[in-house]
Amino acid sequence: MSIDQEVEILRRIPIFAQIEPAKLKLMAFASERVTYKPGQVLFKEGERGDAAFIVLKGTADILISGDSGPLHVASLSENEIVGEIAILCDIPRTATVQAATELTTLRITAELFFRMLMDFPEMGVEVMRVLAHRLEQTTAQLRRAQAGH
Amino acid sequence: MEPNIFKYVWRHSRAEQVVILLLVLLSLPFYYFSLNLPKQIVNEGIQGQGFEGPGATQSFLSFDLPYGEAVFGAPINLFDGFSLEQRDMLLALSFSFLALVMVNGMFKLVINTRKGRMGERLLRRLRFELSDRILRFPLPHLKRVKPSEMATMIKDEVEPLGGFIGDAFATPLFLGGQAATALLFIMVQSFWLGLVAAAVVMFQSFLIPRLRRRILVLGRERQLTARQLAGRIGEIIDGAVEVQAHDTTNFERADLVARLGRIFRIRYEIYQRKFFVKFLNNLLSQLTPFVFYAGGGLLAISGNLDIGALVAVIAAYKDLPSPIKELIDWDQQRLDVQIKYEQVIAQFQPPHLIDPALQSPDNEPGPPFSGAISASALTLLDDSDQPLVRAVNFTLPVTGHVAVVGPGGSGMEQLSYMLAGLLRPSSGSLRIDGRDIERLPAAVTGRRIAFVGTNSYHFAGSLRDNLLYGLKHRPLRPADQDRAISPEDLAEAKHAGNPLLDINADWIDYEAAGATGAADINARLLDVLTAVDLKGDAYRFGLTGTIDPEARPDVAEAVLKARAALIDRLATGGNEDLVVRFAADSYNHNASVAENLLFGTPRVPDFATRALAKNSTVAKVLRDIDLTQSFVDMGVTIASTMVEIFADLPPGHPFFEQFSFISDDDLPEFRTIVTRVETAGVGALDKAARELLLGLPFNYVEARHRLGLVDEAMAERLVAARHSLAELLEREAPDAVEFYRADAYNAAASLQDNILFGRLAFGQAGAEQIIGDALAEMLDDLGLRETVIEVGLDYNVGIGGGRLSSVQRQKLAFARALLKRPDILVINEAASVLDGAGQTRLVERILDLREGQGVIWSLQRPELAALFDTILVMQDGRLVEQGSYGDLTKSDSAFKGLIAAE
Repeated sequence: MSIDQEVEILRRIPIFAQIEPAKLKLMAFASERVTYKPGQVLFKEGERGDAAFIVLKGTADILISGDSGPLHVASLSENEIVGEIAILCDIPRTATVQAATELTTLRITAELFFRMLMDFPEMGVEVMRVLAHRLEQTTAQLRRAQAGH
Repeated sequence: MEPNIFKYVWRHSRAEQVVILLLVLLSLPFYYFSLNLPKQIVNEGIQGQGFEGPGATQSFLSFDLPYGEAVFGAPINLFDGFSLEQRDMLLALSFSFLALVMVNGMFKLVINTRKGRMGERLLRRLRFELSDRILRFPLPHLKRVKPSEMATMIKDEVEPLGGFIGDAFATPLFLGGQAATALLFIMVQSFWLGLVAAAVVMFQSFLIPRLRRRILVLGRERQLTARQLAGRIGEIIDGAVEVQAHDTTNFERADLVARLGRIFRIRYEIYQRKFFVKFLNNLLSQLTPFVFYAGGGLLAISGNLDIGALVAVIAAYKDLPSPIKELIDWDQQRLDVQIKYEQVIAQFQPPHLIDPALQSPDNEPGPPFSGAISASALTLLDDSDQPLVRAVNFTLPVTGHVAVVGPGGSGMEQLSYMLAGLLRPSSGSLRIDGRDIERLPAAVTGRRIAFVGTNSYHFAGSLRDNLLYGLKHRPLRPADQDRAISPEDLAEAKHAGNPLLDINADWIDYEAAGATGAADINARLLDVLTAVDLKGDAYRFGLTGTIDPEARPDVAEAVLKARAALIDRLATGGNEDLVVRFAADSYNHNASVAENLLFGTPRVPDFATRALAKNSTVAKVLRDIDLTQSFVDMGVTIASTMVEIFADLPPGHPFFEQFSFISDDDLPEFRTIVTRVETAGVGALDKAARELLLGLPFNYVEARHRLGLVDEAMAERLVAARHSLAELLEREAPDAVEFYRADAYNAAASLQDNILFGRLAFGQAGAEQIIGDALAEMLDDLGLRETVIEVGLDYNVGIGGGRLSSVQRQKLAFARALLKRPDILVINEAASVLDGAGQTRLVERILDLREGQGVIWSLQRPELAALFDTILVMQDGRLVEQGSYGDLTKSDSAFKGLIAAE
């Protein structure tokens, strides 16, 4: 898979959707492509987050620790991003992510991410827009949940 | 130091000066004869004075006893001489002239050589004395001096002194003698002409120095400003972080501009004045010949002067201005040098110097310390007489483990410096084993006591050199015959007053480290590295180090075994894909194009990756196999990608260095090239552009950069190129590259590369960790770990230890201090760069290791004091509490306050 294909995948992810391809290419070029074998862990719940991952190929499981062992809460598949919250607000990882199949990811370090935000403020605005949108959705969900109660 | 340079020179070179002065005096009569001969040649040889007719003869070389007539009443002829006709006389006189010219030349040669040697010897002495003084500067004074200024003074500013020293006495005598002889000669020929010449000379030597005085003042200013510039540049480099972090580069630029402007003004004025003086000088020198030609000519016409005498006078006068000018120069130089000398030595006269007797290499460390360390009314004042340590009293056993705690500025830092003998108490006393520490020679304080400070320095050299540094007090065993200092060099060093210490001798005090010699010191080095937790680092350095397989065939063989075993070990864990091995017939996508082409490690710089694009052998192979155009095309792809993605980045952005093939300086050029390719095609590029593009693909690693440049077809062609390059190299430059061979050790590659024999696969999660663990296990199995660490001991730590992290530097300083097994180990907050757990571990280990031996540790974190026998609590320069951890935590104490403040 060449760098141009990676850029294509990045563009399908909402927070990067509006960003110029040249900048996405820079991000892809400066990021490492990391391959995991089934069962290998990308990061563990409670760890400090230092990178976000974009799934290029394969699937991964999202697990949280429960009273009776790890609890499978969701699956990740191609073109999805995981771990971006932890690098944005410097909180510990809220879940463990483990490769379910042979998994290829693009690893975007916190340092690179912030550097890009710093150098290209328009990218920051884009990220803010997506996050605000998410917050709006969450609030709406909460409102609905409260109303239905 | 002697404040007058003449006295200094005379004191240290009296014998040599006397020899030179005698030679100068001896040379003057010959000089006089050489002036007189032209007259004889013209008058007797050419004009035939004294030859009455053809066939008449005169005697040549007839020699009368000097003053014979005055003493005995009649001339006494000692040698009749040879009877010669006019033509033979002319030839004899001419050859005598030639011989005298030779003799005078020889005198000059011998005198100059001796002067030069003497000057160099004195320069060597002076430089040594100044450097020696730096070694004897007390630490507080050293903190105030600017290292670069001191270095410039010793290196550059005393240099002209060396030249002058040789001239100090000999030149005025030699030149003055010559000038006086010439003047005397002219006087003898014609009193009036002599008088004119003397008047002009006097006028010259009166006027010129006065004009030059201002030049001298300017010269001094020039030197001062240049030295300040050097100091300022040093400061900018030292303060680079501050300068860049505060965006004050332009402020610094302005400062540099102002300084350079001043230097320019000074230098320009010097030039103006210098050339005016030169003009005046030339005018005066040419004026006299005018008088000679006109006045002397008239005298000759009127018969008052013979032609021979006139020619000789003019010839003698030709010799006159240059000694005079040089004499004036010498006088200027004298003033200049005296000032320079005074300026320099003033910088080397601190209020207090360490007594050389305390640093003598003949001092003995004496028996180990026992008894107590006792301070009584120990006080230290700073420069402005403010107390830093106030009347501290304590008595501690030498073998105790003592913690010193206190807030910043409590005086505990200064206390530790005094305990290590590095600072002299201002008043009161500090005694170890009953002996006043101020009177202890460095041989005792520097060997019985070790000190580790907050920012330990390491010297450029290997890890091993820096560990052993603390054992090199004096030469212990002479060097081998062929490496030892030669007797001539030794004699020369003696002439220059340098100490006769041989740097090539074996200085290492193995016994002090608990070893018997070079053979078993390694075990001790590993011990101390283990103690400070630096063994893992040394192991990692070792993996990147190289060995000479011919000197260590056993290691090379074991490494080859490890190479074979690695894949098996990885395969059992399902990790064989983490290393992509080198194979002669396949392209390695995890290695760069350059590595794939060479398929080996370059042994000469021409074949380093950087240089490959310009390498003619590589160019030939690419041409033959029709790859040149493909490389240019790849270059175009790389360049256009880089131009695209780095377009908006400001120059100097860290990405350029981290990720780019192209530096920010070159980016505009490549942008032009890419635009040209887009509009007119690759064919439109000129040769220079093609060469630039051709250079780009060599660094390209397919698995890492992912531009899809090396597909299967390209990989095949590159492997083909590899084979023909190998063939060509075999024929033309068999030693340029050490090829990868599965069954051979590669001496040019690191240990790790030799074991891996391939490249780590890019982007495999956890690959580095897994491979690192596998390597470590395998090296343990093969018993090679120690060997790797020993290779790691040769790791170059860089200037000031710059290639080590700050934690590694501090740990290394601890290891160095532990290695010499001091009676008392004094530590001043040296572990504070380590994290909390690391500090605790280090303190525990060191106290453990030093059971029964003294440790005095100024702690940054007071709670660590629990591990020590005794705690001294300092506050505001006073010792406020003293006792065991138990005592001090029982009641309400300052110590409890410190712990609570943590």
